[in-house]
Amino acid sequence: MRPLTFTTRAAPTQRLDLSPLATQNLAGKTMAEIAGIELGTTRERVRAGDVFSIREGDFDSILFEGGSARFDRIGMGMTAGALHVEGEVGVQAGRAMSGGRLTIRGDAGPFAASGMKGGTLEIEGDAGERLGGPLSGETVGMSGGLVRVRGDAGPRAGDRLRRGAILIEGRAGAYAGSRMIAGTLAIAGEAGDLPGYLMDRGTILLGRGATLLSPTFGDCGEHDLVAARLLADYVAQASAKLARLFRRPLRRLAGDLAALGKGEILLPRP
Amino acid sequence: MHALTVNGVAIDDTFAEAFDMRATALVITAPSARWAMQAAVTMTGFATSVIGCGCEAGVDRVMSPRETPDGRPGVRVLTFAVSTSELQRQLQSRVGQCVLTSPGSACYAGLDTGEEKLKLGAAIRFFGDGWQIAKKLGSRRFWRVPVMDGEFVCESTAFMTKGAVGGGNLLIMGATPANTLAAAEAAVKAMHGVADAIMPFPGGIARSGSKIGSKYKSASASTNDAYCPTLKGAVDSALGPEIASVLEIVIDGLTSTAVADAMRAGLAAIVDLGPERGALRVGAGNYGGKLGRHHYHLKELLP
Repeated sequence: MRPLTFTTRAAPTQRLDLSPLATQNLAGKTMAEIAGIELGTTRERVRAGDVFSIREGDFDSILFEGGSARFDRIGMGMTAGALHVEGEVGVQAGRAMSGGRLTIRGDAGPFAASGMKGGTLEIEGDAGERLGGPLSGETVGMSGGLVRVRGDAGPRAGDRLRRGAILIEGRAGAYAGSRMIAGTLAIAGEAGDLPGYLMDRGTILLGRGATLLSPTFGDCGEHDLVAARLLADYVAQASAKLARLFRRPLRRLAGDLAALGKGEILLPRP
Repeated sequence: MHALTVNGVAIDDTFAEAFDMRATALVITAPSARWAMQAAVTMTGFATSVIGCGCEAGVDRVMSPRETPDGRPGVRVLTFAVSTSELQRQLQSRVGQCVLTSPGSACYAGLDTGEEKLKLGAAIRFFGDGWQIAKKLGSRRFWRVPVMDGEFVCESTAFMTKGAVGGGNLLIMGATPANTLAAAEAAVKAMHGVADAIMPFPGGIARSGSKIGSKYKSASASTNDAYCPTLKGAVDSALGPEIASVLEIVIDGLTSTAVADAMRAGLAAIVDLGPERGALRVGAGNYGGKLGRHHYHLKELLP
């Protein structure tokens, strides 16, 4: 069965909140009801039917043909099914999702995967700052699931990460994995300054090191870790590139010793 | 008593009586197949009978690197006990003393499902003295405990099945000790090809089968005098004049089917070997069918 398809009619004139168009919110609705869903974020009312031409299809498989940096909160709260975007998206893509698969064939704005608890988020382009991070007032970032970014990620990727895995095949900005509680953050390219800043636990893999490593990480030497083999197998489902890095001999830096110090930065042998 | 004779081997018209058990499976890996087996053999040592050892345990099979969670050579072991609490106690002490200590080892749950979960790494992690760290990958959680050769990786929990069966058995009777042992060895070798079943006694074979009770108050079990060839003329013996040696194979399985399959494989091997080089007669031990829920009739398991 073909997917339920939203095709962009024209570039939106305001930021849109697309969270109502996630799979769990559409089940049982008619095409007319879906077209009438309010998406606007200003006093000017915008309905789904104004922005998209909608083609009936499988409610568990949603396709957005065309994207926009103003498409915010896409796939928010997803629990199951698949949502695919042919283009870029705005802030908080996959926010608080707990299941299903969200695929974005383009860039994603800040706070993608924020509060994510499960499922899979794939970003084919770049991700904005604070990938998987908490919003203001929240104490915990992403707490489950798997995020893969083909391109680069902005600053503070994996901020307050608690559980789950964030895989970045390109580079990452400054403070990657800052304040991590636990979980796994893997970056194939070079990371910016001070990765793992004040992290308590968890694993950060840096394929090409960082522009500046914190002096508060202690060098534990190079090892062939059994745990890295398990990580490699797990990561391989989403990124063969990062899985290969986990299979190399790994230099282990323990830290951040300025915080709890039970985390680690792993540096694959070049 | 004899139901029939197959290839010259007499098969008793009797059955093995077996009991419900709690069981779990573990996968032990190491840098080499030798060290995986060493850890497995050490962990399953002194685990021949629940009566004296607390559990019955043994090697189920060798696993190739492609089959194990960490891609290293591995061995799957099965452990059986009469209660969940005893199984938990045995698991903790055996993995803690025998697998954690073995060079390069790691330990994983060997069952994908089960009625309950037992603590595995969750109990042993405290050896790390605060330096232990957990890694959750998908639905599986692993503990990494720093040790002197690196890290001991151990899955947090292991599933336990309540559908396991312990006490399937064959009594192998021959004209000489050598022939009887040859038949028992052939049976054990065939049984090792059956998945989810172990033979917990030394090399899979027990020479001191027991009966319930004793003339001594302190002993709950004593020698099975009816099957002792040196007492043939002194007791109500189950042995004819042609029998000079009896060996027993006890089988524990994760399922009743596994026990039956192992007994079937063992019987086939004994019959195939024939009476000239192997056993003259095969029987099985039971308690009249009143104690154990599982009955395995030999005539139904014949090839």
